[in-house]
This record gives sequence, structure tokens and C-alpha cells, in this order.
Amino acid sequence: MDWVNAIVQGVLLGGLYALFAAGLSLIFGVMRLVNIAHGDLIVLAAYLGLTVVGLTGMHPLLALLFVVPTMAAIGYVLQRGILNHTLGDDLLPPLLVTFGLSVILQNAFLEGYTADPQKMNAGALETASVQVGGLSLGILPLLTFGIAVALIAGLQWIFYRTALGRAFRAVSDNQDIAQLMGLNRRHIFGLAMALALAVTAVAGILLGIRTSFDPTAGAGRLIYGFEAVIIGGLGNLWGTLAGGVILGVAQTIGAKIDPGWQILAGHIAFLIVLAIRPQGLFPRVSG
Amino acid sequence: MPDPILNLSGLDARYGDFQALYGIDMVLAPGEVLAIIGANGAGKTTLLRSISGLMANAPGQIAYRGQPIGSLRADQIAALGIALVPEGRQLFPSLSVEENLLIGGRLGRKGRWSLEAVFDLFPVLKERRAVPSTELSGGQQQMVAIGRALMSNPDLILFDEISLGLAPVIIKSIYDALPGIVGEGMSAIIVEQDISKALSVSDRVYCLQEGRVSLESASGDASREAISAAYFGID
Amino acid sequence: MSASPNLSVSRTSRAARVAAVIGLLVLIILALAPWWAGRADMRLMGEIFLYLALASLWNLMAGYAGLVSVGQQAYVGFGGYMLFALTIFGGLPPLVAIAGAAVLGAAISIPVALLIFRLRGAYFAIGTWVMAEVFRLSFAQISALGGGSGSSLPVDIVKSIANSRSMRESVSYWMALGSFIVVIAAVYLFLRSRRGLALTAIRDNELAAASLGIDIWRTKFVVYVVTGGLTAMVGALIFLQKLRISPDAAFSVNDWTAFVIFIVVIGGIGTLEGPIIGTLVFFALRETLADLGTIYLMVLGLVAIVIMLKAPKGLWGLLRARYDLQLFPLGYRVSGHTPDKET
Repeated sequence: MDWVNAIVQGVLLGGLYALFAAGLSLIFGVMRLVNIAHGDLIVLAAYLGLTVVGLTGMHPLLALLFVVPTMAAIGYVLQRGILNHTLGDDLLPPLLVTFGLSVILQNAFLEGYTADPQKMNAGALETASVQVGGLSLGILPLLTFGIAVALIAGLQWIFYRTALGRAFRAVSDNQDIAQLMGLNRRHIFGLAMALALAVTAVAGILLGIRTSFDPTAGAGRLIYGFEAVIIGGLGNLWGTLAGGVILGVAQTIGAKIDPGWQILAGHIAFLIVLAIRPQGLFPRVSG
Repeated sequence: MPDPILNLSGLDARYGDFQALYGIDMVLAPGEVLAIIGANGAGKTTLLRSISGLMANAPGQIAYRGQPIGSLRADQIAALGIALVPEGRQLFPSLSVEENLLIGGRLGRKGRWSLEAVFDLFPVLKERRAVPSTELSGGQQQMVAIGRALMSNPDLILFDEISLGLAPVIIKSIYDALPGIVGEGMSAIIVEQDISKALSVSDRVYCLQEGRVSLESASGDASREAISAAYFGID
Repeated sequence: MSASPNLSVSRTSRAARVAAVIGLLVLIILALAPWWAGRADMRLMGEIFLYLALASLWNLMAGYAGLVSVGQQAYVGFGGYMLFALTIFGGLPPLVAIAGAAVLGAAISIPVALLIFRLRGAYFAIGTWVMAEVFRLSFAQISALGGGSGSSLPVDIVKSIANSRSMRESVSYWMALGSFIVVIAAVYLFLRSRRGLALTAIRDNELAAASLGIDIWRTKFVVYVVTGGLTAMVGALIFLQKLRISPDAAFSVNDWTAFVIFIVVIGGIGTLEGPIIGTLVFFALRETLADLGTIYLMVLGLVAIVIMLKAPKGLWGLLRARYDLQLFPLGYRVSGHTPDKET
């Protein structure tokens, strides 16, 4: 039963990892950009939430109302101001610029909030649980998983059922011809980043409620998100959810064997997938 | 001629160090259908890319309805009413047939063309509306590419080598439909390697040879000898 | 009647020859440093040489082979731990252990490469980071080497390098200088070789290079393995100097990757001269700004971003474009003149 519990916890943890990964996956899908600062942006959302909660005393989930639009705006400005200028055939500029961004963010956090770990207090939500079968499931992990599913469904709907989604797919296919349709690709990329950071904001707030975070937490989140994307397969958001779940389960099972092995177990699962099925479990497109 | 809808004066175009167009002068009257012929590499596609804004050009060399458009972006030019049917179709592989058409119409310009009108013109597309555009035959893809351009209800439509890679019977059916498509006041430039097809639907013809205009004539007046000479650059 | 053209093709130029002579003189002066430099200065110079070596290696991978790694700290730390393991458990003298670390570093880079070469572009980069994390977490599990808190190099091993403190510092310094020379020489000779030419071709146009029959995968693989081995060698030296190792210090992203990347970007990626300039600028900045701590790092990040956007070829790229310089003779130049054309 303990093992079943570990697996269920891992599945729910996977929801959080899928949220980390969704923004990364979206951006890569639309503009072939891998944002090394992605993890730090998740942490930025957490710090923003912390600040809002600290200033107003509101519940962290309520802080989403402020943090999500703020992060979306940051994403739009970041894309049009800096990242759009790095796009092109050379992969070095976006990589190195986002790497520089990551360093700047981490040190800005250090300056603004010190190195102390922080956490947002969601009150009763954090410990509330519900009994299902013989298991005790936390409300917060359940909520997180549900939000992950809902957001991914929402993103799929945007991509495949709306004009904006058509624009995203067209620009990702062929920037030049997309312009012939009257699409301003710089604006479209800005919107894509805004959407990705809106999702990332949710991930950050949920992270900040669930565990403590500090200025250097971004690297780990980026890696989990990245691993979820690779395990699940590029170009498929539901695959990313599956990848997150597999990663989460690997971690919780690893932790069950030995608490010090949790993270390493996740990495090993990733390496195994990389070794035997490098395109991921449910790839839609190649790269 | 009434005020030209398109006026090229001394248009140059370069790809890095390589110059593809040398001082092209060209006028297009409203409602006119212009054919541009020439061998591979003569600069025909470069010309259309310049007009549609996909290539950077020096300002002042391209005027649309009297307004200089050389330094505008491609999306701005599309909004003015110029549509391009690109060489090689270049449909969006991630989009279905219907989505390719819908995105062509996203500018919301009013006119004769709508999704239903395009389906009336090319009924086979209606049957295959939900199919990914990559699964169509060459001829069907060309229909989608044309339909996608029409969806923006352009005032000026540019066709880049629509016969390329298609079976003769398909080419014939597309060209038979062309006058109906372009009718009712739309101006058009047709770039073609198939000279007879180009002359059959156009009012006037320009021939390009190594980046320069080597012939300009009314389509009915051009003699085979003159065209040969202009095409191949024989003095 | 026309005179025949008076043209010749050569690899070197006057600037390069002058630079070579000056470089040799500088090297001699540097080698004599224990006699004219103070202890603190020698430590600083040693650190500069080691960063120079790391930067040149990272530049070889990223600037020439197109392998952008943000995980080279894996080999720095691995080299450090191998030094400790080989001297403490293998009883090898430190200098031999350093060579051993290089070999082992190259060896472990092979399975790593086989795995992460399945990833492309930026995903490859993050993959290297994951591998570094795997290394870090794995070594933290090895209690014999101090586990999560690390261990210090036993005194008798330290003493075996040399008897007196000042002699040890001189040896450390010479090893740092030596490793830099080894790395630069290796990189330079590699780039001048057939494989190196292939590398430049791949960098300039991968598709065209492949069509010429250049085995891209194999070339990149060789570069990765050689770089891994030499990085491990430098890592061993670094931790020989530090006398203490721990997983966080050994596999620190900031120390071994962020700084190295900034050095190469600021100096000029894809050139041999770039990392040298970048290291000098980096240390100049550090000596003047480091008191500012986090602000210093933010400035560094900002400078790297601005340079990547405005001057992607770095400071050396700016200089080179201005004055058409090349100090390391790597390219071919045509000199001489053609006679005036007949009209």
C-alpha cells in the first residue's frame, strides 16, 4: 500500500512538473526557442506572489489574479524587447542571452529577498486531505494536478480551435508566408511568450505554496520541466503531462528507496528514456 | 492609362552581394493582368517577393496606388490588399485545408471571396477541408494556395509559377478558372515558365532576362521570335 | 602583354609573426614568475591560466563544433574528485593523478556523449546540465569521498608535491601555466589539422560540410571527448590548489560554467584570441567590482546579453573587423598583387 501511495503521490507531483514544462514546450513549439531562464521565471512568479501576499495579506491563490497578468506582460515585453532579436538560424544568441538573463534574475532575487528560503502560506489548504480507497490524498496536490490538466486542455483548445492558435502554428511553420497573411510575427511571438509566462505564473504560485524556494531554485525547475518535455515527447502537450507524471513517479519511488535518491532517480528515468527512446514517448513532431 | 495600381521605378534587389534585379521599370493598370516570363534565375520570384514585402528594398522604388511601399513589412503590405500565391505553394503543414484558408482571410477584408466561395470554386477542397494540407496532391495544394490568397480579398494578386510541378491537365483546369477568379476588377501579376499559358490569360507581358526587362508588349502582339530573343537574351 | 600575377597564399601574417615573438617572450617572463611575483599575484595568475584553459576548451566546443554545453562543470568536478580518489585510494603521486584524471575524464565523457548527443541544439545544452547534476548527486552519495560535505586533501599528499610551501606554490603555478599552454597548443594544433578544418567547415555550414563527406557526428564526438578529458585535467589542478573538494564546489554552475561562458562571449566566440581577451577583461572586472557581490554578477550577465545582441563576435570580433587582425595563424590569406587589368 505504501508503494501505491508513493505512485499516486508521484502522479500528482507530475502535475506540477507538467506545469513547469508547459510554458517551455509552448515556446519551443512556436518559436524554437529554449529559454534557459524559464526556471528562474517560475521562481520570479513565486517571489511576486510572496510580495503580493506580504503586502496585502491575501491568500496565495488569490494572488494569481495579480501575478498572472503581470507575468504575461513581462513575457510580452521580454520577447519583443530582447528575445525577438536573438531569433534566427544561430542557436547561440538565444541560449547565451537567456543564460545571462538567468544569472541576472537569480542575483536580483538574492539582492531583493536574501538567500533565505521562502514559502507562501496557504493555510488549511496545505494540510487538507481526502480519503480515497485506503489512501490519503492531499487537496493541494489534487488541485495542482487538476489545474495542470485544465491548463493543458486550455492550451490545446487555444492552439487548435482559435484564430490565435492558427496564427501560432502558422508562424511556427513558416514565418515569411505567415507574414503574407498579415501576421506581425514579432507581435505573435510576444503573445506566445505572454501566454507561456501566464502558465508559468500559475506554476510558480503553486510551487511557492507547496515547498520553500530560494533564489537558486530555478535551475532545478528548469531541469524538471525539460525532463518532462523530453520524456513525453516534443510537440505534444499531453505527452508533456505524461512525461511529468513519469518523472514524478520515478522521484517518489526513488525517495521511497532512499530519501537521498529522489532527484537522482528522476534523472535516471530521464536518461533511460533518452537512451532507449530519444524521441520521447509520445512525440508529435521532430524538434 | 489611368493611374497605375502598381508602379515600379528602377527597382533593384540583392541577395547579399548578388544583385538579382537591375533597375526594373514596370506599371500595372487597375484591373489589368500582367504576365512576367523569363528563364530560371531571371529574377521573376525576386520581383514578386519585393512587391509583397518579403525582401528589403530601397525606399521609393515600389509604389502601390501612389503610396511608396518598399520599406513596409510584408504584413503591412498584405493589409493594403496585396496577396501572394508563393512559389511551391508553401501551405502551412500544421494547418488543415480549411485552416489554411481561414488564416488567409484573417485580415477580414470585405469582398467577393469567403470560405464558401472558395469551396464553390474548388469543390474538391470542400470534401477535404479537415485534411492536413500536406496530404493533398500537388494540384489540390495549388488550389488551396490560390484560395488562401483570395480569402484576403486582395486588389492585387500575385501568382508565382503556379504551374510548376503539376500535371498538364491540372494546369489547364487552373488556368481555365483563372479569368473567372481574377475578373471583376482585381489586378494580377502572373509569373510563369509556361509562356503560352501566361500569354493566354494576360493583357500585357514583360520578359525578364538576368534581372532586367528585355521585352514589354501587349500579349496578343508579341511574336514568337521576339519572345525567344528576349527570353534567352539573344541580341 | 600582361605580367603574371604575383600572388602567394600563406597562413601567417606579419601581425601573427610579431605576436608569436611577443608571446614567446611573455611566456618566458611568466615562467620566471616565482622569482619576481608575490604569492598573491602568483595565485591570481594561476587562477587566470586555469580559467583561460577552461575558456579555450569551451570555445572549442561551442564556437567551433557547435556544441554548446552548460554542463562542463561535470568534468571539472569529476577531475577534482578523480585527483582525490587516485591520490588517496590509489596512492598515485599528485602529478600522475592529474594525468590520470584527464584520461578518466575522457573515458567517462564517452558514455555521456552517447546519451546526450541524441539531443539537439538548446536541448543538448540542458542535457549537459542534467548530466552535471547527475554527477553532483552521484558524488554526494559516495561517503568515502566525503559525501555531501566533501573532504580535504590529506597533508602527506600535499607535502608530496614539494617540501616547502613556497616550492609547492611555484609548482602549482607552473602546472597552471603548463596546463594553459597544453590546452592552447592542443586546440591550436587541432584547428590546424584536417579534423580542425572539418570543424570550421561544420561551424560555417553544417549541411554543406556533410555533403562534402565530413563525418559530423564523429568529429563532434572527438571534440567532446578531448574537451572532457582536458577539462577534467584542469579540474584536477583546480582542486589540487584548493586542497578541499565538495559536490557543490566541484560542480558549481556559476564558477565553472557561467564565468567561462561570459569570458568567451565577451572576448569573442569562435576565435582563439577571444577567450584570452575575455579572461583578461573578466579578471579586470572582478578585481574592481567583486566587492559588489550580486550586483557584479548582474552586471556580468547584462554585459554578456548586450554583447550577444550588439556585438556577437565579442571584443576580439570588433577589433578584428576594424583592423583585419589575426594573431593565431589559422586562416589562409592571399598576399601579393595582380597586375592592372587591360582595358
